[in-house]
Formats: sequence, C-alpha cells, structure tokens
Amino acid sequence: MDGSYWMIVPGNAALSALILFAIAMPFLWAARRPVHEFVHALAHLVGGPLRLGSRWLALSARELRFRNRQVLLAHGEEETAQQIGREFERVAALVRRDLEGYPALQRRLLDEITRVEEDYKKCGEVPPPPPEWVEAVEAVAKVRNGNEVVQRVLDEINRSIREIHDKTLGEYRAAYESRHRILNGFMPFWRSLEKTLAQADRRITSLNDRAARIDAQMHRFEEIVSHSEKAEHALTVSAATQLAVATLVLAIAAGGALVNFKLIALPMSEMVGAGDYLSATLRTSEVAALVIIFVEATMGLFLMETLRITHLFPTIQNLAEPMRKRLMWAALALLAMLAGIEAALALMRDMLIADKAALLQSLATAPHLTGPADGWLGRIPTAGQMLLGFILPFALAFVAVPLESFVASARTVGGAALAMLLRGLSFGLRLAGSLVRSLARVLITLYDIVIVLPLMLERMLRAARPARVSEARVKYPHEADELAVRRHS
Amino acid sequence: MNRRRFVIALGAAWLPGCADPKAHTQAVYMLVDTSGTYAQEVDKAQAIVNYLLGTLQPGDSLAVARVRSRSFSEKDVIAKATFDNRPSQANAQKRVIQNRVEAFTRSARSSAYTDITGGLIQGALFLNETGAGKKTILIFSDMQEELDRATVRDFPIDLKNIRVVAVNVVKLKTDNIDPRRYLGRLEEWQKRVEGAGASEWRVINDLENLDRLLKS
Repeated sequence: MDGSYWMIVPGNAALSALILFAIAMPFLWAARRPVHEFVHALAHLVGGPLRLGSRWLALSARELRFRNRQVLLAHGEEETAQQIGREFERVAALVRRDLEGYPALQRRLLDEITRVEEDYKKCGEVPPPPPEWVEAVEAVAKVRNGNEVVQRVLDEINRSIREIHDKTLGEYRAAYESRHRILNGFMPFWRSLEKTLAQADRRITSLNDRAARIDAQMHRFEEIVSHSEKAEHALTVSAATQLAVATLVLAIAAGGALVNFKLIALPMSEMVGAGDYLSATLRTSEVAALVIIFVEATMGLFLMETLRITHLFPTIQNLAEPMRKRLMWAALALLAMLAGIEAALALMRDMLIADKAALLQSLATAPHLTGPADGWLGRIPTAGQMLLGFILPFALAFVAVPLESFVASARTVGGAALAMLLRGLSFGLRLAGSLVRSLARVLITLYDIVIVLPLMLERMLRAARPARVSEARVKYPHEADELAVRRHS
Repeated sequence: MNRRRFVIALGAAWLPGCADPKAHTQAVYMLVDTSGTYAQEVDKAQAIVNYLLGTLQPGDSLAVARVRSRSFSEKDVIAKATFDNRPSQANAQKRVIQNRVEAFTRSARSSAYTDITGGLIQGALFLNETGAGKKTILIFSDMQEELDRATVRDFPIDLKNIRVVAVNVVKLKTDNIDPRRYLGRLEEWQKRVEGAGASEWRVINDLENLDRLLKS
C-alpha cells in the first residue's frame, strides 16, 4: 500500500503535515477539556491503585515489623530468662559445692591458726638462769692470796664454774635448737593455711564472676522487657549471626549426609534391587538410602529432644519423666541399630565393589598387572568405611541443634527481610504512582503546547471580553449579573 | 554427578508412587555371524560381549545367538539372561554368560548359509518378551545374507521400537572390486530395518568406540 495516501500536497510531506495540523488544530482546541479530563482520569485510574497498593504494602510492612518485633522480643525474653535461670542454677550449684563446706573450711582455718599460735608461744626465747653463784665467787675472790687452801678452793671453783658454764651453754643451745625445730614445723601449716585461703579466694572470685554475668544478663533482660530499640537491634543481629552459623553447620551436615548417602546407596541396591527406578535417572535404592538417612536424622532429633538439648516439639517437652526417658532410650537404641546397619552396608559396599572389579578384570582383554592389596593394608579402607558408617548416624544426630537454631533465627531474619521487601515494594508503587501523575501533567502541558495558537487567540478574546461585559452591564444589569453567577458556578 | 543425584533423590523422596520398573531397563540381543570366512572374526565378538557384560546393569537383559543357515530357532541362542536386581547375583550371571560365549568362540564352526533375517525375527521376539524400555539388536556380521532355496524370509518383519546396530561389517572381496556393492548392501539393510519399524539403524565398524553401541 502506498504510504503517501494522506498527503494533501503530493510529494511534499512537510507541507501536507502542516496543512493537516492546521486543519486539526481547531478540533484539538475544541477537544482540549475532554482530553485533559481523559488524561486526568487515566492518571487517576493507574495512579490510584498504585497509591492504594503502596499504602497497603506500607501498612502490611508496619504490621509485619510490629509482629516480628513482638516475636523477637518474646523470644529474646524467653531465651534471656532461660539463661538467667541457668546462671542461677550454676550459682546455686557453686554455692552448694563450695560454700556448703565453708564452716568446715573456717574450722580448719581456725584450728590451723590456733596451732600456729601455740607453737609460736612455745618457741618464745627462754632467758638464761640468773648467775646465783656470782656472789659466792665475789666473796671467795676477796680472800687474801697466799693461802694454799684458798688457792685450791679457787681452782676448784674455777673448774666447777667452767663446767657449769659449759653445761648452761649446752642447755641454752639445746633450747634454741628445739625452738628452731618448732619453727621449722610451722612451714607445712603456713603452706596449708595459704592454700586454704587461696582456695577460698578462688571460690569467692568465681562467685563474683557469676554474679557479674547475672548482672549483665539482668541488664539485657530489663532492656528487652522495656522493648528498647537497642535490645531489638541486638536481638536481630544475634539472630542473623545465628542463622549464618546454623546455615554453615547445616551445610557441613549436608556434606556428611552426602558421604553417608554414597556409602549406603550401592549396597541398598542389593536389598531393594538395582533395577527399580522412580524416574528416568533415579533408582529406588537411592531413595531408600536417603530415607534411611532421614530416619537417622529424625531419631537424632528425637534423641536431642528427649535429652532436652533442643525444644522443637512441645509434646516431647511436656512428656512425663519416665515416658521421656523411655523415649530417649528407644531413640538411642534405634539410632544404634541404624548405625550398625550402616556399618554392615558399608562392608557390603566394599564387597560389591571388589566383586565388580574382579568381574571387570576378568572381562578385560588386557591382563591386569596390579592386584588388590592383601593383608591388613587392604583391609584399612573396609574398616574405615565401616567405622564411618557407624559414626555418621550419631554425628548426624547433632544436626538437631543447628536445625533448631536455624528455624528460630530464620523466622526473625526472614520476617525482617520480608518487611524490608514490602517496604521496598511500597516505595516502588508510590514512586510509580507519582510518575504516572507527573506524566499526566507533562502530557497535558504538551497538548497545550501543540494547540498554543488557538489558546493564545482564546486568551486575547477573553482579555477583550470584560470591556464588553461591563458595557452590557450598563445596558442590561440584571442579565449580566445572572450570566456572571452562572459562569462562576 | 553424585551430588546431583543426591539432590534429585532429596526431591523424589517426597514423591508418592512408583514408575514402571521395566521402562528403565534395556535388553540387548546380539547376533554373531558364523558363516563362511566371517567365522574368523568370532574372537572380536567375545570383546563386544565382554563390553556389554561390563556395561549392562542389574535388571537388564542380554542374549547372544549365532547366525547360521537357519537362525530362527532357540537352539541358536548361546546364552541369555535377565540380570537379577541384586548386583552380586547379576555379576554371577554375567560370569556364566562370559564362560558360555568363551566356549562358543573356541568351538565355533562355519555355516554354509547366512540367515540374518531369521536371527532378527528371533531377536525381536526375545526383546519384546523382556518388556525392556530400550531394545537393541547387535548384528556382528558382514551383512551378506545368503539363504538356501527352502528358507523363506521375503516377508515383512516387525522391529518396532528396536535399535538395530550392525557391528564390524567387514568388506568382502567383491566389495573391494566394487565398493558400491558394500554401500548398496548397507543401504538395503537400512531400508529394510527402518521399513520394519526400527527406531534406529547404525553401523559401527570401529571396535575401539564400543561406547556408541548402546547410546542412541
């Protein structure tokens, strides 16, 4: 089809367009108000729901944030209360263990101090006996010399004095020796005293540390109870950290499960058959192996629950004590049985692989030069596989701990992320609504620019009209007023 | 690969119901030509059978039959088995088949005529009976069919949903004189097999690439 059918002046598109535009301009001017209204209505039609949606999303985000906050604070409150309770339990245990024996400790201390005091008194210095014979010596010394008898007596006295002096000195030394022995005997008591005091000091310090920890927990608890922003922020950050750690641990556990799966998938085909398929590439034996791993994880979960390490199932938590213990033993027994089965499967896997290798070797046309390792060296992989098969179910049992942490923190982090997403969407819708309104204004202005000539003409005519109206008012005042009122309305 | 399977298994563990167990198994019927000078090639057939024994999985089926003057007979089946679902039992069955084929290759005698069509019909019957999802007939032959006057094979045969693979199609002396004979022979067989409803026709002469035997 020829594209020049619209041209009024053939061969001159610009002129044709100009003429067409000139013809259309009065119509466009006449249709100005309906077009404006149409654009306004269109903007309202699009922008209204957008604004409404934005408001709804903002409200939902606020409500979600409020609920998240409530849940977070309640969870934090419960957790902190539990921690405080546990700290108090530890303090009680500490007091029972250490301070219960405090009277005995005090008595021992007092005994040791009394003994030390007694010994101290015993080792006090004993003064030497007063020299009563000094006066006799002095009297004899006054006797005149030259008398042989006197001389002999004096010699005798001198000898006696020397003997007595030596004896006294000996006794004095012996007394000091015994005092030194007593003092030497002090040492163990001093050491014991020092040890007992250090022990008491350690216990008191440990108690002080616990008290400081309880103080910190109590402070945190108070902040949570008072619903402070700081507490909320701290709890959110803590939840995000927990989620990251739990995810990492769960990923490691998934790796363990993968190894476990690899260990038992092949021997499971010996039990459920290797030729059965659930889908094009998925064997029933593989699903059976996976089911066994799931059952092991579930038993581990129950074990952790019954041991009260995790608190995922309130029903188990609320069980009576004998029933809880029975359930715990049942879960442990099943887990041990499954671990035994896995060890047997691991052995079977090794045997199947060896059998397959032997078959392939016999099928191969080229002779194999290297044979399988014999003796204990060849049995290491088998033993390793069996050990791994036995240990992995028990290791997987501990998945319950990070799982609980993951579930608890995912609620908080997921809720916060959802609230943020809702707020983002709300902002986006609000922005879109504003853009639509602005676009409508731009379109209206553009329309007016297109019909600027008739608009200028209209404005000029309007400017001239008041003079005519005032003239008319002089001639027909009543009709002019009525017209003005109608126009105003 | 294992990780992918683990993830698939993780998803499928929640899926209820089971698929048809037979649909994922495969069945192979191998025809070994013992006619004329081709009987010298029978040692190579042993390598192919060994490859199949190493590749086929528990639940799969394998039959090895010879092509003689008249091959539409159970007597021509050297060994056949549907492997047990337990890998250990399947390995034992594979050992039995290996021994039988080995004994056959030692005592194989040349036949006067070559009834490939009869073997194909016999193979199709066996494969259809197994109900396997993937069915393959391997023809270890020079594809030169020679029938005696009394044998009737000029009627349409049914090879629906069966792959037919001609292996080690050696060139005859006459083919060397005029290669069109060889190409024409193969083309004729392709027409015949595809006309019988076979899902695929393939010729594999390079025995180093046996992995293409079971791949469609």
